[in-house]
Amino acid sequence: MTLEGLLPELTVIRKDFPILERALAGGMPLVYLDSANTSQKPQVVIDTMVDHLERHNANIARAMHQLGAESTEAFEAARDKVAAFIGAPERDEVIFTKNASEALNLVANTLAWRGEHQVGEGDEIVITEMEHHSNIVPWQLLAERTGATLRWFGLTDDGQLDLSNAHELINERTAVVAFTWVSNMLGTINPVAELTRRAHAVGARVVVDASQAAPQLPIDLAAMPETDRPDAVAFTGHKVVGPTGIGVLWGRRAFLDGLPPFLGGGEMIETVRMEGSTYAGIPHKFEAGTPPIVEAIGLGAAVEYLSHVGMDAIHAHEQAITGYALEGLRTVTGLTVLGPLDAASRGGAISFELDGVHPHDIAQVLDSRGIAVRAGHHCAKPAHARFGVQSSTRMSSYLYTEPREIDALVEALEYTRSYFKLD
Amino acid sequence: MTTANGQDLDALYQDIILDHYKNPHGKGLRDAHEAEVHHVNPTCGDEVTLRVHLEDGAAGRVVADVSYDALGCSISQASASVLYDLLVGKGVDEAMEIHQEFLTLMQGKGTVEPDEDVLEDGIAFAGVAKFPARVKCALLSWMAWKDATAQAIAGDGDKS
Repeated sequence: MTLEGLLPELTVIRKDFPILERALAGGMPLVYLDSANTSQKPQVVIDTMVDHLERHNANIARAMHQLGAESTEAFEAARDKVAAFIGAPERDEVIFTKNASEALNLVANTLAWRGEHQVGEGDEIVITEMEHHSNIVPWQLLAERTGATLRWFGLTDDGQLDLSNAHELINERTAVVAFTWVSNMLGTINPVAELTRRAHAVGARVVVDASQAAPQLPIDLAAMPETDRPDAVAFTGHKVVGPTGIGVLWGRRAFLDGLPPFLGGGEMIETVRMEGSTYAGIPHKFEAGTPPIVEAIGLGAAVEYLSHVGMDAIHAHEQAITGYALEGLRTVTGLTVLGPLDAASRGGAISFELDGVHPHDIAQVLDSRGIAVRAGHHCAKPAHARFGVQSSTRMSSYLYTEPREIDALVEALEYTRSYFKLD
Repeated sequence: MTTANGQDLDALYQDIILDHYKNPHGKGLRDAHEAEVHHVNPTCGDEVTLRVHLEDGAAGRVVADVSYDALGCSISQASASVLYDLLVGKGVDEAMEIHQEFLTLMQGKGTVEPDEDVLEDGIAFAGVAKFPARVKCALLSWMAWKDATAQAIAGDGDKS
């Protein structure tokens, strides 16, 4: 099967991911279509982490010995790699967190506290109806804690942000605009530059959830005009072929400097006296305690791997596979895709409904054929409610996905229909 | 057809379960009730609104009706339908015993031999007990029923 846009070295890339060789019960080969949930890990990430634990393990920044120096160097080198991956204007603007949720909560919490950017009564926080729960709940909490008002963009029937009332929603009372770059449920790619420009024009801060964008889209923050560049961008390590337990918050230096510390503890201080303390500058100000060291180093290897393959090529591959999948899914009777139907303007997560079969039952039958998908609300209950559905089935591809895996999915969906006697 | 757990898909989706799923018994909310509860499975979003109506019988309180509205997978829907068949008309004490029997079956990881005399169509769920991810689906309405019944009894303690 040749499909325009596929990674030319797909066979070699698949060999980089040992889990793809796995057979499941009954000898079924694994067809992994749940990469928007978590991606699989290439050998180089696994080896890098094992090597660090076997040979270089020590705490960072505080150990006055050779291993400590090696560990610190590897950890800070990982920060450099992440900074390069997203084109961060400054490497110290990259903060390691435990995941994207913690990164978003870091911002939403510290915005409630006394400081330059403190949100208060009369202020408005604007989000969207297509957010993952982790980019809804922290802002609801911020609104509750400060007396600010939470508002949101609705969605059009084809799964885009409804920008018809953007002028009214983003106004002089708006303190924060937070939205996802790519929807984890609908696949929609949002106009980051346009929304950021509008928000900046009224003096609002912009926080972008890039959990689904970072794995698929080339991101070059430094190349964006300052008016279009968000103030903060969050993503998680495990969706960019890195390990769990590590996330990233990138923030514009001036923005991060104006936020009070989030967690207090070791490593985030300048000096501590009983009467009070002064704090380190970024990034350490937001990295209290021993960080997830080997996870950060694993993430460094992961983004280096992706950069080596090339994010432009990965994006083209995702688009090709997504287009092929949308075509295949269209042939299944009673199947409705939620979200944009044009592969060029969407990400690689495709949620769908199948008339007469509940998503759990679909996922169960697919699993019996070795096909891993996600079923449920995908932590996006409001977006499901917007389309009048309680849950959906979601397939999501990545750089290692082959067209034949999409064929297997389509065939298994036909089998599911016959299993539940829908014909 | 085997699954990731090496088990038979047909053991999970027995015809009895699919029949109850397609034609659920007792579905819909009816007016007569002393307690109503709403239970949700937060991991998957399945939900049930369930009402319990108790009446005085010769030998104590009787489950006069269980009415429900539910959204969810075939397992959770069929389980509510089987619950309706098994518990309506029984004395509260006996219904609680059946509840316990079903709970034991579902939590037995596939090692419990179900008693058809007690569980009737409920024995079809023996296969579900082998799928840990689906046990909660089967138990959703049963947990809701126990909660509602406890509330109904607590609400009219003067009668008991």
